[in-house]
Amino acid sequence: MKKVFSFNLNGEDIQVLSEPNRTLLDLLRDDLGLTGTKKGCEAGECGACTVMLDGRPVNSCITLVAEVEGCRVITVEGVAQDGQLTPLQKQFIDKWAFQCGYCTAGMIMSAKALLERNAHPTEQEIREAIEGNLCRCTGYVKIVEAIQAVSAEMDAMGWEVKA
Amino acid sequence: MVLPDFDYLAPKTLEEASNLLHELGEHAMVIAGGCDTFPPMKQGAFADCQYIIDLKHIPGLDKIEYDEKEGLKIGCLVKLFDIQTSALVKEKNPAVAQAAKYIASTQVRNKGTLMGNICAAVPSCDGGPILIAQNAKILVKGHDENRAVPAEDFFTGVKKTCLAYDEIATHIVVPPLGEDERAAYIKFATRKAMDLAIVGVAAWLKMDGETVADARIALGAVATTPILAPAAGEFLVGKKLDDAVLEACGVIAMNSCRPISDVRASAEYRRDMVRVFTKRAIRKAIEGYEGDAI
Repeated sequence: MKKVFSFNLNGEDIQVLSEPNRTLLDLLRDDLGLTGTKKGCEAGECGACTVMLDGRPVNSCITLVAEVEGCRVITVEGVAQDGQLTPLQKQFIDKWAFQCGYCTAGMIMSAKALLERNAHPTEQEIREAIEGNLCRCTGYVKIVEAIQAVSAEMDAMGWEVKA
Repeated sequence: MVLPDFDYLAPKTLEEASNLLHELGEHAMVIAGGCDTFPPMKQGAFADCQYIIDLKHIPGLDKIEYDEKEGLKIGCLVKLFDIQTSALVKEKNPAVAQAAKYIASTQVRNKGTLMGNICAAVPSCDGGPILIAQNAKILVKGHDENRAVPAEDFFTGVKKTCLAYDEIATHIVVPPLGEDERAAYIKFATRKAMDLAIVGVAAWLKMDGETVADARIALGAVATTPILAPAAGEFLVGKKLDDAVLEACGVIAMNSCRPISDVRASAEYRRDMVRVFTKRAIRKAIEGYEGDAI
């Protein structure tokens, strides 16, 4: 039986009607049309579906809609501010940190979660933050460089990192 | 892949959860993070499940506490990532933080819990060996009475625990490490993330100067459950940890496990790696964990 669930999605309080066994990923993509979040393994292994749940990166394919009741969810659609790409998104473009792009939304969310809790990650910390995001094109090097560049860029400008 | 039909229940108290579980019987499953529940469910596991009872709304179960006498007390809703990054855990019992960090990926650790890891009771679970080696207790709330189960008795088979259908595992209690006590857990796997252990070895040592006063060695992924290798620990007692003693201990550990061959490794290789990683885990326990090494 469908129930009403309330949560904050990309800064907006919403109510959705959902079956209790529906995953957040299916709700986002099929009901809300937010197809930026990608569907990969559907088993919590590939990270393509990563979203931020109360500031934490989680796999939306193994998260029920029911579980996010009252929580704050950010998807890749909610990253850009006022139509402006964030430094993190710009660096992904400038550093060619994607090829096919299927992992990119998940990578951005994992990187954003990392930079919000640690503005100056080491390469090791960056690699650990994206350990649950599979990329079959880039070999990860460009992605790591892009994330490093955000931290350095913000430092140089004396700005606070807002990934 | 679609999850089977179930109803979702979110009790607000442990009492309510316990009553629900008692009433609904075998058709209900308890979740904390759900990371070891939903993926297998999509593949057809837990076909009898008609109700998911989510514990996340029960206050107080998401705390990490430390008491000089009791040790480290980890609630069943504490996320693995919070154990891995907890200054308290890293200071008081870094091997537990290390074991948590070995599990799955950053995303899974931000949802999944240590209790969920052991309740799923996969033979290779990384939470098992370190808790068994340190003689941790699992606090269990039953419908009529509560009990504390030693970690080594918690696991009863592949994906099976000692929990009755209406029992809820609420806390993990790891005894405090004394000044002369050391512990370590090493996981051996092909990949650093999102991989299951080929073998996992945990060592707990109580030293008397350079001599071992007491020791426990526990193994993962080499039997139907994580197991204690009592003979390996007892062998070390009264001895100094030189290369010959470590090697002999590794051989005893190797002979006390019953691994299988699967896609990750052959039984023979697993057994040999138990020998190697038993030595490394003991060395790691003595050497200790440094600051941010976890």
